[in-house]
Parts: sequence; structure tokens; C-alpha cells
Amino acid sequence: MAASPKEPVQFTGAGPLNAPISGVLTWVDQRFPLMSLWRDHLSQYYAPKNFNFWYFFGSLAMLVLVIQIVTGIFLVMHYKPSAAEAFASVEYIMRDVPAGWFIRYMHSTGASAFFIVVYLHMFRGLMYGSYRQPRELIWIFGMLIYLCLMAEAFFGYLLPWGQMSFWGAQVIVNLFDALPLIGPDLSTWIRGDFVISDATLNRFFAFHVIAIPLALLGLVAAHIMALHEVGSNNPDGVEIKKHKDADGKPLDGIPFHPYYTVKDIVGVVVFLFLFFAVVFYAPEMGGYFLEYNNFIPADPLKTPPHIAPVWYFTPYYSILRAITEDFMLVLAIGVAAYVVLIWLTVRDAKVKMAAAAIGLVVIVLMKGGPLALEAKVWGVAMMGAATLIFFLLPWLDRSPVKSIRYKGSLFRTALTIFVITFIVLGYYGVQVVTPVGTVISQIGTLVYFAFFLLMPWYSVMDKTRPEPDRVTM
Amino acid sequence: MGIINMNNFKSLIAALLLAPALALSAGGEAKLDRAPINPDDHASLQRGARHFVNYCLSCHNASYMRYNRLQDIGLTDAQIRDNLIFTGVKVGEVMKSAMDTKASKEWFGATPPELSVIARSRASHAGSGADWLYTYLRSFYRDPERPTGWNNTVFPNVGMPHVLWELQGEQVLAETKVRADGYDKVEHVLKLSGKGTMTPVEYDRMVADLVNFMVFIGEPGQATRKTLGVFVLAALGLLFVFAYALKKEYWKDVH
Repeated sequence: MAASPKEPVQFTGAGPLNAPISGVLTWVDQRFPLMSLWRDHLSQYYAPKNFNFWYFFGSLAMLVLVIQIVTGIFLVMHYKPSAAEAFASVEYIMRDVPAGWFIRYMHSTGASAFFIVVYLHMFRGLMYGSYRQPRELIWIFGMLIYLCLMAEAFFGYLLPWGQMSFWGAQVIVNLFDALPLIGPDLSTWIRGDFVISDATLNRFFAFHVIAIPLALLGLVAAHIMALHEVGSNNPDGVEIKKHKDADGKPLDGIPFHPYYTVKDIVGVVVFLFLFFAVVFYAPEMGGYFLEYNNFIPADPLKTPPHIAPVWYFTPYYSILRAITEDFMLVLAIGVAAYVVLIWLTVRDAKVKMAAAAIGLVVIVLMKGGPLALEAKVWGVAMMGAATLIFFLLPWLDRSPVKSIRYKGSLFRTALTIFVITFIVLGYYGVQVVTPVGTVISQIGTLVYFAFFLLMPWYSVMDKTRPEPDRVTM
Repeated sequence: MGIINMNNFKSLIAALLLAPALALSAGGEAKLDRAPINPDDHASLQRGARHFVNYCLSCHNASYMRYNRLQDIGLTDAQIRDNLIFTGVKVGEVMKSAMDTKASKEWFGATPPELSVIARSRASHAGSGADWLYTYLRSFYRDPERPTGWNNTVFPNVGMPHVLWELQGEQVLAETKVRADGYDKVEHVLKLSGKGTMTPVEYDRMVADLVNFMVFIGEPGQATRKTLGVFVLAALGLLFVFAYALKKEYWKDVH
């Protein structure tokens, strides 16, 4: 071994043997930034003091993530990812594994709870403009988390191998069939077979327990690091960093620990009360959390009369089903009207030209005779766009104020209509297709996109009130 | 949240309240009778277990359900072995039919469905799985056009013959003219045409016991679940008091 002269590490002599606790801390701190992490993210992370009810859902989302990971680990110990054994292994967990039913119900309830919490968390962002500058990246990381969550839920839903698992996956994977040129090959590649089969179950299992959770954890870390870099928004949408005391601490800020840790504990207890009320007394939640049809083992030869995705996907499913051949004309007119709006109101010639060019291509692909794509393709595209359009929010909202408290009636009305539309679309996504339901879903689809695409106009026209200088309690 | 537009809230709540009302009106399947079952009634569950092994298990499996789990409804291993196991299997094994599934497929046109979770899978917005089973088992009628000679109003053209007909007797689907809203309407009503060994009341009671048992095997842990839930929720309720007091104490100097 070559003798390489090394710089000796400076030890203070403090160690586990001297003063037990501070000694250990010092020892660790010389090797790992434990205390500085604690300070930066908890004891000296200053959060606005005026957080309200809506600010519980961030920490609750993290709690649900932990519940899902921990219960998931125990489920994987007993679950068999094979088409022949999956359904029986879930029933084995429900009956023969000690407390298996408890773990499984926590996991199945947790899936729906995750979406409830995340939807409320996103609604908070919409209300208080939490996506606005300088928090665009927090919003983008958050949206990536949301996409991962949808993927995670979709892959996980196949695993119990019931009728809804099977046929739901069949419907969603078949969507890729619609894509031009590569569609059929792509869907075969995703399934690993020509039908949903054992091969599909195995790869979905891999995605559900390894790939997506890894991505989720990384994104959650990025979401929080970005948040702690710029600091939290608050219900007033004003920056607390504008007013600092002599020590450089924000006057309207309080250390996250202990103030928000003790407050979040209250939120956690209330959440867990509701969560366990469902786990113990309504685990099926009337067929919305655990679908009744999913207690029948997957049967590739028997298509259920009515295939509906789980409730959290249904707004998008409604949009998918709303795009019919006779709706294409309405969509094309909508695109044309949007181009005219840009042409009339934007001064920049480049933007005008770009909008006209893009609009023309889209209209041709929608309604251009032999060049037009099938309505099914547009359905898939619109469904994808409906989830992705959230990413643009930081640049669509041009209001001079962030929070709904100081925005005018235009924005408030728009947000209210959007929330109602989201719920109505969700409702019709569960129902069997009816002519009335389709028309309502089509109107809902237009309203959904109008909320985002018209925001650059109505957020500027809106009569806002002046923001306060400091936060209000 | 004080300042947030109350109108937003009111409309939101109105929309939320409307959704279930719409869901209810979306029904339209066969009307189901409410199953008069009581999951805490061990005597009923034990009678149901006896009917289940006597009648259902001849053709159907309950292959996720172990015999010795019947301890949960107050039976001992010896009682289970002596009275309920006809196939000679050990008490720790699952409830499997003696009938070969291939043979049954040939006889009935379809393999008789697995019954472990049948009560859970038959639930719908029309009623619980128990309601469905309770109505189904009481809705068989004579139909010479069916290969088995039986049909069912809840499950039209069902493959299963009326196994319990000797108990219930024979029903026929009678057409009766009723006058409703000023129109003559033809209504199909089930009528008893031949007596069985049980009176209609006794038969309904027997089916209720059987359905009670099928609900039990759908989730044998449900009694534990409901008992345990009380303690968990009570503990969380207590924890709330302390958590809230702690929060109040810390926050008293934040203005």
C-alpha cells in the first residue's frame, strides 16, 4: 500500500463517551450536515404565520405517501404478481395474513385519500396563486408528482386482477392504439402481449413497486427543496421576506418547528380519524374506493357491461369520451375563435403568426377531410392536454395579485365554475354514456380548457383590490 | 379562509349535494328486497353454514375460505369436522366442492361461480350484495324453455337450476293486468304454484340465514374490523384533545 500523506481530520475529542447526546450530535455533525439540515428545513425555516385550513394538505400528502409505502411493503410480502395467483393472493391477505385486511384496506383507502388530499392541495395553489413567480418550479415539480401519482394508481389498479383491474387496463392501454402510425405497436409494447396478460401484470407490478415510487420520492424531495429555497406562499399571496427584523428573520414568519409541526399534528389526527373511519367502517366507500366488480376475478372472455375508472380519473375519462366525431367541428371552431382572439388582442406580430400557423395545422388535423385525425385520437390528445395544461398556469395567470382574496369577481367566478366543471365531469365519467351526459361532458370540456386558455385575458381584465403590505391573520 | 368568497362555497356545496341525488335516479335494474340479515347473530350464521355446505357446496367452491375460520361464528373444530365437512378434508383446508369444475361446466354451460366473495361482487347501486342474493334465491320460477326447467327474474336465463325448490315449492311467472296512471299495464309477478316443504316465511328465513353466511365468508374479518375501529377512533379522538391543547399552548403568542 502506497503511503500517501493525508490531511488528518480535526477531531474535537467530543465523542459518544463524553457527553452522550451532544457528543453523538457533534460526532455526526462533523461528518454529515445533520444540524444544518434540521435548522434549514425545520427549526429555522420561516413560514408565514397566517396559514389556514388549506395549508394542511401538503404535510398530509406526505403522510399518505408514507402510509402507502409502508403498507405497500407489507402487501408485497404476501402478494403474488401472477395472473394465476394474484386474485387469490389478495384474498389470502384479506383472510389468512394476520392483520392483512387492515394493511390492504389502508392501502386501498390510501390511494383514494392521496387523490383527495392532492386535489385539495392543488386547489389551494389555484386559490392563492402559489404557482406564481418565484414558485413556478415548485408547481412544476408538484405537477410531475401528480402525473406520477396517476401512473402509480393506474399500474397499481391492475394488481388485484379483478374484472375492473383487467378491463380498466384494457381500455387505457387501448387508447395508445389510437395514435397514428405507432399506435398498435406501442400498445403491444406496453402490454408485452397482444392482450392484458401475465406479462402485463408483471411489468405493471415492477412499475408500481419500484419505478414510479422512486421517481415520486425524488420529485417530493425536489418539490420541498424548491419550496424551502423560495419560502412558502400564504393566503394573502404577499412575500413575508419583504419585511425582516434586525436578525434577518421575516417579521410575519414563524419557525416551522415547533409552530407548524404542532399545528400539523392536529391536522394529522383529524385526517387519520376520517381515514380510519373509512378503513374500519366503509372500506368499499359505496363502490368508489373498491369497485364491486373487482371482486370478480379477471375474465378476458367476459366484458363487463359498464367499465368505469376509479373516481379520481373520471374527469379526464369524461373528456376522453366527450370527443366524438360530431364534436370535432365545435372544437375546430373553438380553435379558430382562439386564434382570432389572439390576432385581435396581441400586438406582437410573431405571436400572431405563430398562433395562426399552429391554429391552422390543428384545424386541418381536426376537420381537414383526408388529413383529419380520428376523433378517438383527439380524445386521447385532449385527455392528455387536460392533465398537462396545469403546467402552464404560472404563465397563464397575469393578474397583478396572487391570492383570490384580492382578485376580482372574474377570477373568482372562473375558479368556481372550473371546480364545478371538474366535479360534474367526474360525475359523468362514472356514468354509462347517455346523449345528455355526452353533451354535458362536451360543454364541460370546453369550459375546462377555457378556464386555462382564457386566463391571460380575464386575469388582466379582472378588477383586483390592492394587496396588504403585511399578512393578515 | 374568512374572506374567500362565500358564494363560491355555496355553489360548490350545492354541486356536491346534487351529485348523489343524480346518482340515485340513474338506477333502473330489477328491484331488490332488503335482506333481513344480522352479522352478529351466530345462530343464524351457523344455520346458514349448514345450508351452505348442504346445498351450495355441492357445485360451488368457496376456495378462499378455510373451514376452521368458522370458529369465528362460534363453532369448534370438532363441530366443524363432524357436521360441516362432507369431503373428508382437514379442518384447516378451504371449502372446495366435491364436483369437478370441468364436469360442472359441461352440465351447466358455465362453471358455477366461486362463492367466497360473491356477496361483495353482487353489490351495486340497486342494493347490497346481500340484497341481491336474498332476492335472487327467492326469484326462481318454472320455465319450460330453459334447459334446466328454471329461470330467474333477477338473473334472466340463469344457468343454475333451482336447487332449493323442494323447500320453496314451485313458482311461476304470472301475468297480471294492473291499472296504473289510467293505463292497463301487464306486470309479471312470481306466484307459488306448488307447495314446498317450507312455508314462504320459513323459506325467506332460511335464505336470509344462508345470505348472512355468504356475507360472512365474503369478509370473515369484518366483525373484528368493526370492533377494532371503535378503539382506534376513540384513541384518535383522545389524541385530538391533547394535540389541540398542545397547538393552542404553542400558538398563544403568535398574533
